[in-house]
Amino acid sequence: MATSSVSKGCFVFKPNLKKRKISVPVENYFSKGKNESEDSKLRFETYQLMWQQMQSETERLQEELNKNLFDSLIEFLQKSHYGFQKNSRDWGYQIKLREIPTAALVLGVNVTDHDLTFRSLTEVLQHSVTPYVVSLQAKDCPDMKHFLQKLASQLVDCNVDVQSKEKESVQVTQKRIHYSMDSLSTWYMNVTQKTNPKMPRKKRTSSQWQSPPVVLILKDMESFATKVLQDFIIISSQHLHEFPLILIFGIATSPVVIHRLLPHAVSSLLCIELFQSLSCKEHLTTVLDKLLLTTQFPFKLSEKVLQILTNIFLYHDFSIQNFIKGLQLSLLEHYYSQPLSVLCCNLPEAKRRINFLSDNQCENIRRLSSFRRYVENQASEKQVALLTNERFLKEETQSLLENLHVYHTHYFLILRCLHQFTSSLPKYPLGRQIRELYCTCLEKNIWDSDEYASALQLLRMLAKDELMTMLQKCFKVFKSSSEKQLGNTEKRIEEFLAQFQSLDAEAKEEEDTPESQSKGLQKTDLYHLQKSLLEMKELRRASKRQTKFEVLREQVVSFIDSLVREYLLPPETQPLHEVLYFSAAHTLRQHLNAAPRIALHTALNNPYYYLKNEALRSEEGCIPNVAPDICIAYKLHLECSRLINLVDWSEAFATVVTAAEKVDANSVTSEERNEIIQYPFKSNSAMSKQAYRMVRQSAILHVWLM
Amino acid sequence: MMSKLELKEDKMLEVQFVGDDDVLNHILDREGGAKIKKERAQLLVNTKKIVKKPEYDLEEDDQEVLKDQNYVEVLGHDVQESLKNGSTTDGGNKVYSFQNRKHPEKMAKLGHSASDKVQLKNNDKSEFLSTAPCGLRKRSIVPRSHSDSESEYSASNSEDDERVAQEYEEDANEVTLGQKIQAQNRVVSAPVCKETPSKKMKRDKTSDLVEEYFEAHSSSKVLTSDRTLQKLKRAKLDQQTLRNLLSKVSPSFSAELKQLNQQYEQLFHKWMLQLHLGFNIVLYGLGSKRDLLERFRTTMLQDCIHVVINGFFPGISVKSILNSITEEVLDHMGTFRSVLDQLEWIINKFKEDSSLELFLLIHNLDSQMLRGDKSQQIIGQLSSLRNIYLIASIDHLNAPLMWDHAKQSLYNWLWYETTTYSHYTEETSYENSLLVKQSGSLPLSSLTHVLRSLTPNARGIFRLLIKYQLDNQDNPSYIGLSFQDFYQQCREAFLVNSDLTLRAQLTEFRDHKLIRTKKGTDGVEYLLIPVDNGTLTDFLEMEEEEF
Repeated sequence: MATSSVSKGCFVFKPNLKKRKISVPVENYFSKGKNESEDSKLRFETYQLMWQQMQSETERLQEELNKNLFDSLIEFLQKSHYGFQKNSRDWGYQIKLREIPTAALVLGVNVTDHDLTFRSLTEVLQHSVTPYVVSLQAKDCPDMKHFLQKLASQLVDCNVDVQSKEKESVQVTQKRIHYSMDSLSTWYMNVTQKTNPKMPRKKRTSSQWQSPPVVLILKDMESFATKVLQDFIIISSQHLHEFPLILIFGIATSPVVIHRLLPHAVSSLLCIELFQSLSCKEHLTTVLDKLLLTTQFPFKLSEKVLQILTNIFLYHDFSIQNFIKGLQLSLLEHYYSQPLSVLCCNLPEAKRRINFLSDNQCENIRRLSSFRRYVENQASEKQVALLTNERFLKEETQSLLENLHVYHTHYFLILRCLHQFTSSLPKYPLGRQIRELYCTCLEKNIWDSDEYASALQLLRMLAKDELMTMLQKCFKVFKSSSEKQLGNTEKRIEEFLAQFQSLDAEAKEEEDTPESQSKGLQKTDLYHLQKSLLEMKELRRASKRQTKFEVLREQVVSFIDSLVREYLLPPETQPLHEVLYFSAAHTLRQHLNAAPRIALHTALNNPYYYLKNEALRSEEGCIPNVAPDICIAYKLHLECSRLINLVDWSEAFATVVTAAEKVDANSVTSEERNEIIQYPFKSNSAMSKQAYRMVRQSAILHVWLM
Repeated sequence: MMSKLELKEDKMLEVQFVGDDDVLNHILDREGGAKIKKERAQLLVNTKKIVKKPEYDLEEDDQEVLKDQNYVEVLGHDVQESLKNGSTTDGGNKVYSFQNRKHPEKMAKLGHSASDKVQLKNNDKSEFLSTAPCGLRKRSIVPRSHSDSESEYSASNSEDDERVAQEYEEDANEVTLGQKIQAQNRVVSAPVCKETPSKKMKRDKTSDLVEEYFEAHSSSKVLTSDRTLQKLKRAKLDQQTLRNLLSKVSPSFSAELKQLNQQYEQLFHKWMLQLHLGFNIVLYGLGSKRDLLERFRTTMLQDCIHVVINGFFPGISVKSILNSITEEVLDHMGTFRSVLDQLEWIINKFKEDSSLELFLLIHNLDSQMLRGDKSQQIIGQLSSLRNIYLIASIDHLNAPLMWDHAKQSLYNWLWYETTTYSHYTEETSYENSLLVKQSGSLPLSSLTHVLRSLTPNARGIFRLLIKYQLDNQDNPSYIGLSFQDFYQQCREAFLVNSDLTLRAQLTEFRDHKLIRTKKGTDGVEYLLIPVDNGTLTDFLEMEEEEF
């Protein structure tokens, strides 16, 4: 069937029902890709399992992070509704009764994440406050009519959810009615009166109130039409006594926007309380912490990939959703492109899988550059065994994988430990966030960097209490980890702490003596005082080298340094790191953060990049006359200012193109050539072809420049 | 003594004197072998400043503080800047820059130099230079004279200033000479060089990026040559002939293109996988991606329900897309009150039935009809459904600007670059090219044909109308010749004797669609020939030849 027509633009293709039943399972696409290789089914399953785990983990994190915010929101809702509930004659409540309780929820600019937040908020509210939770988006409510309609239909839906779906037919008819605030409040009266006697037990949470409030969430407050918002607020404030409304504004920018959108007369009808959600950067830190800086998930990102993902996050959208999407893509790419990724699962399973590896896969292992490097460092008999004996190779691979696992456990512990030390240094030589530190550690030997040197320098100048708090934090890090491999280190830190404490006691004793000296000094004159103070300073500086604290501090720093040097080796040094690390940063960037503009420009400017033909090789700035027509036309057009004369353009085009074809042929006399250039549309055979190719191209350019 | 400008940190202008030789030395030292067209402009801009404010000169005269260091810094800054903005050859910088204002000769020169190269290759030096760009040269005269008048204007601000300006201009020419020696392979003619500075001088600003932008866009008159397509003697071909001719042209680099395409075809399975995992795919890159998507459709989607949407189709709308989904895919016969209702219905339908799967293939998602905010929102919402898979292509340079963060997260795009270099034949088939003869308009041949069959008087009448229309062709508010005036003119030319005969003649024309009548705002009938002026001119010429 053709997909072009002059009468329509949509073509539906529906295969026979019989055929359609045989739907291709997704993993078939996985295995049929360009590198058909071993274990693709297993790999795909591993991918899915891993991704599910990661996803549920991120959801859990999100919930956890939002918990505080939601708790305070719920508290606010309950408190504000209390007044309505009580119907008290208190004057304050009377005033408050005219004001709609409003929660302004400042969520930050990462608009894409808001949906998730609101979804879980709705769930939480429905669960604990009121069944009547409605969320509206600006795009659904261009005017008051739609606004009320949406509100009403969602409210009715809420109601249907609560009471079993008995009146679905009613709902359809209701949709046609024009809603007003009056009808809404009568509806509300009906519902509350009906439900309350009927099922007080079913709605356990909301039954404490005879009339649950109606919570209206405006997801993107900024984009609502001001007129609609104002009207709605004014009207509903009039009906507040019979229709207990509570508003929640989702705000992306700043709370000031409320006052910018609503005039004073309207905003005075609101009783606004501000809530601030967790900043997305903190969110990112937790996500990274729980997904990547852990041995729970064997999958790891290389430095470049991590850098790209964080850069997209920090410079483009601040969106956790997108970050996780990037993570998902890298996970998929890893399992798709790396045949050995079948071993990228938890350790016992991986060990089991090694035993079933095919010969091809063994060959793949041998081909890994990190493995080859490892083999080269072995004794010659072992080398031979590794390269020829499959059995031996598998055993070795098992132990290597285990080593890798151990390496990671140590790595993350020490990384966190180092982060404790460097995160509070002045000017943050190694970054404030652990992700920055992680990136530098992934990239190279961190101890070779200047930043590390300066960080150590700063550490050597720390005061005692600072150093002690750091040590204590480190101690906690070690304690909290379940692994006990670094128990020795833990003990060392404990010892250090004890030593510092004992220093404390000693210092106290020491302090007493200089004080008694200073007492004697008090009676001298200013000159002498200065002199003696200077002397004391000299004395101290001289004696400083010997203070126990100094020595101990030096010890601590060198201890940390030795830890770093031992455990924070970059992953490239580890054999088999390719199995766990995804490093194709380039593809990731291409797919997530593409630059169509650059692609177009390159295609037009430098066709050689795509069409590997030597004829297209050219120096900068000149037009190879064999290039695709569109490239020539484009370059000529670049030479012009804003407007281009079509005739000149085509003439120039003809000049460039014929320069190649005609002169090479050496058959056309100069007069003829003159004619050609003057009248490129003359229909002598070859020339007219040029011209009409040109015509077509300009049509293209027209599309392209629209 | 020459005066020099200095930019201090607080943006105050300060002028001081530096010897001629110093200036030259500075410039030549700095330049080295690089091109410095921009820089020269910069210097001239500075003089202009001085020209405008001579009183500063006098004030600063006494001080005579040489701040060479600062000066060099400023100049160095300029060199960098000019390298950043001005180099026309550097491709990479161009990507994100706006269009610089360039003189029309550039293109001619480029074409020229390209042909020069070939000419050198063949040792065929003799006549080529004199013969080749005859038309081009003729054209270049126009802007040149224009620029001369400009510089004259700017130089004649006051008598004193004129002297300074001239002096400096000479100096600048000296500099130009120096450059020319350095840049031998460039064909740079003196008047061409002169033009740029004079234009720059009009603007009393340093050459900033911003300034350049406004410079490029401020003047309403843009210089292009006044040659038109109508003036070419060769008649336009119609669509059919064009297509035939084009089909004869063998595509170049077919092997390479085939290889490119094969690369992309290997991705088909991956695309299917990613589509199923919740991503949507967007293709970008030069060249029509329609064939590629079509191949994708035929190889992968034979057993799935899919909808192909031609975004380039002029009548496409979101409504029609939704309609084809509801009516043909979901077999729903009802109507919907609004597009949003329809969307909601579709979303519910797809959410209820998870076994339902639908592939959407959209060619040119960024087309004129679909690029609107609302359309994109709706398509985005569709594509965010788990069981609707979207694969689309975009072609416009700024297409990604259609999507804000919210929409981007709805679409959940994975970008794939597929540069194919293939022609946008299908995509542009709904559009008319300027260079192709339009079948809708009345061509010259039919005009003459009809007129031959008429009486000489009728032809005279028609000629009168043509002449009047051509006389008024520069008048944008021209709506036609009023019937009364026309009658008057015809009477004076002894072509008709009464109102009625004229009307009878006009009916004849109207039947052949040679004229159109329009009621003006005052109720008077206006007559207009719905043929473009070029054809009319040609027609008149032919008529004159005949008689």
